[in-house]
Amino acid sequence: MDQHSKHPSAAVVPTLRPTDFEVLGTQSSAPVLVRPSRSYWQDAWQRLKSNKRALVSLYLVIGLILFTFVGPLVWRVDPALQDIDQISLAPGADRRALVVEPFSAWDGVTEWQQSQGQSGLRVADSPNTQSVRLKWDASLTAGGYLVYRNIYEPEGMDSLGLPLMEIENPSQAYYEDRLDLQPDVYYYSLVELNDNGQPMGDYQMVTAEVRRVITVDEVIARNLVDDPSALMPGDEVMLAWHPLGTDYLGRDMLARLMAGAQVSLFIGLLAPLLFVSFGVVYGATAGFIGGRLDQLFMRFADFVVALPFLLFMILFQVVFGIGPGESGIIPMLVALVILSWPATARLVRGQILQIREEAYVSAAKLLGASNKYLITRHMIPNTLGVILVTLTFAVPTAIFTEAFLSFIGMGVAPPTASWGSMCNEGLKTMLTHPHELIFPAAMISITVLAFNLLGDGLRDALDARMRSSE
Amino acid sequence: MWLYTLKRLLQGVITVWFIATATFFGMHSVPGDPLSGERATNEVIRANLEARYGLDRPVTEQYFIFMGNMLRGDFGISYTQQNREVNDIIREHFPVSATLGLLAVLFAAAGGILFGALTALYRNRLPDYIIMFLVILGISVPSFVFAALGQLSLVNVNNVLGFSILPVAGWGTVGHMLLPALVLGLGTMAYMTRLMRSSMLEVMSADYIRTAKAKGLSPTRIFARHQLRNAVMPVITVLGPAIAAITTGGFVVELVFAIPGLGRYFVQAVQQLDYTVIMGTTVFYGAFLVFMVIMVDLVYSWIDPRVRLQ
Amino acid sequence: MLGACLDLIEFDMKQSESLPTTDPSSTVPAPGDRMTRAAARQLAIYAAVVVLALVVAMFGLNYLASLTSSAAGMSREAVDVENNIITSYLREEPPQMNSMRSSDAISSMVMAHVMEGLLRYDENSELAPGVAERWEQDGRTVTFWLRDDARWSNGEPVTAHDFEFAWKNVLAPATGSQYAFLLYPILNAEAANNGEVSTDEVGVEAVDDHTLVVTLETPIAYFDRMVAYMTFMPVNQEFFEQTNGRYGADADQMIYNGPFIMTSWVHGASMQLRKNPYYWDADRIKLDGIDYAHMTSDSNTLQNLFKDGQIVIADLTSEMLEEAMFQRWPLSQFMEGTTFYAEFNHRPDRLTRNLNLRKAMLLVHDPSELVNRVIKLPGYVPAETLFPRWVQGMDGSLREEYPLPPLQRDVEKAREHLQMALDELGLEELPPLVFLSSDTPVARIQSEYYQEVFRRYLGIELLIDRQVFRQRLEKMTAGDFDLVGAGWGPDYNDPLTFADLFASWNLNNRGRYSNPELDAQVRIAQSSLDPQERTDAFGEIHRIIRDQAVIMPDYERGYVYVTDPRVKGIVRHVFGAETDFTNAWIDADAGEEQ
Repeated sequence: MDQHSKHPSAAVVPTLRPTDFEVLGTQSSAPVLVRPSRSYWQDAWQRLKSNKRALVSLYLVIGLILFTFVGPLVWRVDPALQDIDQISLAPGADRRALVVEPFSAWDGVTEWQQSQGQSGLRVADSPNTQSVRLKWDASLTAGGYLVYRNIYEPEGMDSLGLPLMEIENPSQAYYEDRLDLQPDVYYYSLVELNDNGQPMGDYQMVTAEVRRVITVDEVIARNLVDDPSALMPGDEVMLAWHPLGTDYLGRDMLARLMAGAQVSLFIGLLAPLLFVSFGVVYGATAGFIGGRLDQLFMRFADFVVALPFLLFMILFQVVFGIGPGESGIIPMLVALVILSWPATARLVRGQILQIREEAYVSAAKLLGASNKYLITRHMIPNTLGVILVTLTFAVPTAIFTEAFLSFIGMGVAPPTASWGSMCNEGLKTMLTHPHELIFPAAMISITVLAFNLLGDGLRDALDARMRSSE
Repeated sequence: MWLYTLKRLLQGVITVWFIATATFFGMHSVPGDPLSGERATNEVIRANLEARYGLDRPVTEQYFIFMGNMLRGDFGISYTQQNREVNDIIREHFPVSATLGLLAVLFAAAGGILFGALTALYRNRLPDYIIMFLVILGISVPSFVFAALGQLSLVNVNNVLGFSILPVAGWGTVGHMLLPALVLGLGTMAYMTRLMRSSMLEVMSADYIRTAKAKGLSPTRIFARHQLRNAVMPVITVLGPAIAAITTGGFVVELVFAIPGLGRYFVQAVQQLDYTVIMGTTVFYGAFLVFMVIMVDLVYSWIDPRVRLQ
Repeated sequence: MLGACLDLIEFDMKQSESLPTTDPSSTVPAPGDRMTRAAARQLAIYAAVVVLALVVAMFGLNYLASLTSSAAGMSREAVDVENNIITSYLREEPPQMNSMRSSDAISSMVMAHVMEGLLRYDENSELAPGVAERWEQDGRTVTFWLRDDARWSNGEPVTAHDFEFAWKNVLAPATGSQYAFLLYPILNAEAANNGEVSTDEVGVEAVDDHTLVVTLETPIAYFDRMVAYMTFMPVNQEFFEQTNGRYGADADQMIYNGPFIMTSWVHGASMQLRKNPYYWDADRIKLDGIDYAHMTSDSNTLQNLFKDGQIVIADLTSEMLEEAMFQRWPLSQFMEGTTFYAEFNHRPDRLTRNLNLRKAMLLVHDPSELVNRVIKLPGYVPAETLFPRWVQGMDGSLREEYPLPPLQRDVEKAREHLQMALDELGLEELPPLVFLSSDTPVARIQSEYYQEVFRRYLGIELLIDRQVFRQRLEKMTAGDFDLVGAGWGPDYNDPLTFADLFASWNLNNRGRYSNPELDAQVRIAQSSLDPQERTDAFGEIHRIIRDQAVIMPDYERGYVYVTDPRVKGIVRHVFGAETDFTNAWIDADAGEEQ
């Protein structure tokens, strides 16, 4: 095309002599092809292969696809299976648990041997993750009691920690704590209250070291041991292994990430692909034909942009008759496609308008190029860069739209998992169980990274003007 | 030029009318009614309420009443904020969203053009890698995560320092705006950086740049006159919709930072099916958006004379 | 090529006078780098300009923001010791402050600070005299004697006419008040609200400025406990009429008779309350002002604001507890007084009409597991029945006087009931049931948990139908569900507010449960004046609801909250203001060690 392009600055013109203008005579042979002829696509592929970052991103995309579709075949754990004994377990947490009898409510009277004969606030049974049983001596003067729990040792009346329960009946001198017990050391305190519910006197404190337990039934139901008949309370078993931990209902994070990938990638890839291609066709038509049609097309695009997304989201759910138990992915996809294309259309139209005025287009027109030729040879290759960037950015936008809908409670219906909704759930426990936020957020980041780099690589590979550079 | 602008404005009015109509009928075909509450209302009270809001008439009649009122600039009274006019709600809360959005767009455009140009210049070198890494981070974390993390780190910084460098939430001073605007503009900034980088790369290999170089034009001049000015085009194109999207889409940020913007009212209105507020905000935003698009087209033709306005 | 040529010519013409005198390419060996450096220089200048422009823009924005400010004139500290003012927040913007039309908890809370009805709730959540000095009920007639030193914030006295006007206005059809039904015990009230009779016929009369006589439709035992609610608050007729229908829309569109007056209300942002000098009991009020400086329901934001020392009180999520304990914040607990439960659909065409099916489901349902291990929010307590813990019987808690066996999971028995249900229904297998759920995070967790419980123990498939507020109400009213997650909070301080919920005529009975036995007990509770008879009726209703498995109780909602140690006397009520600052005072020394 242009031999000078490798030396853009070689503009120094040497002094010319008359001999320079002599006729060379006809050349003896036709130019010899030193390299095999390559088509546009072969060329593009070659360039893509030589771009390391693009290649890495290609592997990442393949990896994601494998993770999404082959993953569930390898890691055969039901993403919907809940486990009440392993809620919000971090990866690598201690999985040992003591086998105990099934839980039954406490009458407040029976005590284990260790505490019999003791007075004051005491732990009345082996403290475990099922329950911590507290007992104390009923007070004749008190109008009630307030039980506190802390994970740090209290320093005074103001720092007793979490108020668990206000007991208004002074003769009830026991309390069974079951609230979110973790294998940890807890400091329980008791304060006596007067008839108006105001604290009186000092507090009593007792410590309880809680052990993780699992009931016999659960061990058998979850197949945690080979020989259930030999199982005895007091044995130690290992709970099921979750490489990435569990979520707020004890579901396996890895399995949920795989299940979520199907939803998020479905929305995140299909929606952008559909609305970007529609936007490209629409914008290109408007820009290329111009005139009245362009005006009409663009006003319609403005109209669509201004429609309230949330309202029409609900409307589509109604139109599609999203019944109970359905995830609502399809109406979300449709709403996204129908309402998101105008931005691409505008962008492409702008590009086409610009290119239409380019000199090379005028030249091609003068040479009698057909519209088809103009579109496929000039318009598309020259807008490809912008289109690919838009496309790669539409991927996270679509994933986030889904996440935003989850944030305001209008996303995929439970129990369907998606990375967006997992992020949203994880956000609430960001400090105490960071793994519930980090993993889905990381998956989104990896996806976005992969598609961005790939988009970059593709742009460089497909862009006609990039052919000879680098 | 003036004739063209006038024509566009006229078309804009028609577009807004279409938007209003579509939203009106769309809204009325969503099941549920704005008068229902967690407590069931008895028929008497219901009838009283329906009469008060004119809901006892057929939808088409309501449409014509609404259109008539709209032409007079009256959107009626909110269903959830029962003593406030929709006009008041827009008047009081839009400036908040707009101020925040404006700052966010400023951040986004300034940062985006700057970083985009930088990455293109230092293509495949360290600055490129660093900025692109940040860009990926900017676009791959949802805004609600950013908002929450941003606020949390601010609280901890304040706590460690023992005084507030910036307020955690609320509204009123520039201090209140900085963090929310940054969070709000981050995604757009990342997008603009990418767009700028891409179009800058294209421009850099364009024929006229080569020509300019060949003529021995000073690099500063080439950059400012030819490269930057041409590369900024696609960024300008997305600026219009971006302004609209940012000023209207700040719901998450407004919620997390307790900012009294219109975004919160709009999301709430849709969820509560507050007919008058939905219509008021949609028409208002629609008009705003259409206006922005017209502005962008005019600016576009001013920057790039080759794009002819007929 | 043509384009490039044209460019060239154009540039030549422009640049001809400033052609470089030296040959640039001969001195610089790497022209690409030179370009880059020049461009980078250019960019640096550009960046400087941008930063400058941003700074200028910021000053402009600062001015703009001050026009719509929430922080203007507000303290940025939680406790302003000097001015004796505290700063707090509102969960949402109050829809309006017109006591005759308001129906939500936030309005009710603010109203309790700026208005006062005939009766009010004191610091121990007991009824205390408000504008009424004393009152007396004699059969169908209730008489209130008003104190003569009660004043509006414009100095006018609060008279019995203000109450008469307000109550009649609530009932006027044109007002469209949602809570008009609260006044229905009054003679002719329902007919007036219907438009059948004029509001003049309603049994409320101001005999003189300080005596209000109410005639009831039938004698009821709990009327005095109702009048503390905001719907019964007074409105000054003269002022109301000059607001042109905007009464309660803004701070200056109201006059006040409560402990505080509202001096500013920036919608969606803030509210400012200052001590009311005209309040008859002003000596009791120790604070000079309350700033509600933020309006947000985001719990993380509120906790962050508290940690930053900008508000005096915040509810905590389980997430924040560890931090709270680490910071050694003083924590308290408060039960909101509402019960949440899953309601069965009892309509004839529904499977859940089958008693054995309902019993089977109730038998595998374990509220304790749900609350303690799944929801895990501090302050929540497992529910056992429709009646929350605070509901009183004769001497103590109604639930202790009429005890029910604890709800415990019994899978064996549940499966027996399920088999019986299948036999009765003539089914081999139960088709999936639809669980209608709201869009809140707790509802999401709960519905997923339910799904697992019923699948695991009974093999019943539950389909979750999650809907946004209005759409959910629509489906609830239409009966388009098998189970629906619901909750109920009290309207007035009497067990009847819960007890009549499943009466066949109650519109809030969304599952259309209908049982003549229960209806009969409700009628006794409504009409009887004998406390023992009423309490027995409540006990019976309590038993029927459990025996007939009308609902599956889930939890009673409560909060664990932290308060600024310098502020004492903050009270949280089930009735009246959820968070009551009227008895609060600042103890500046208390926070010293913090």
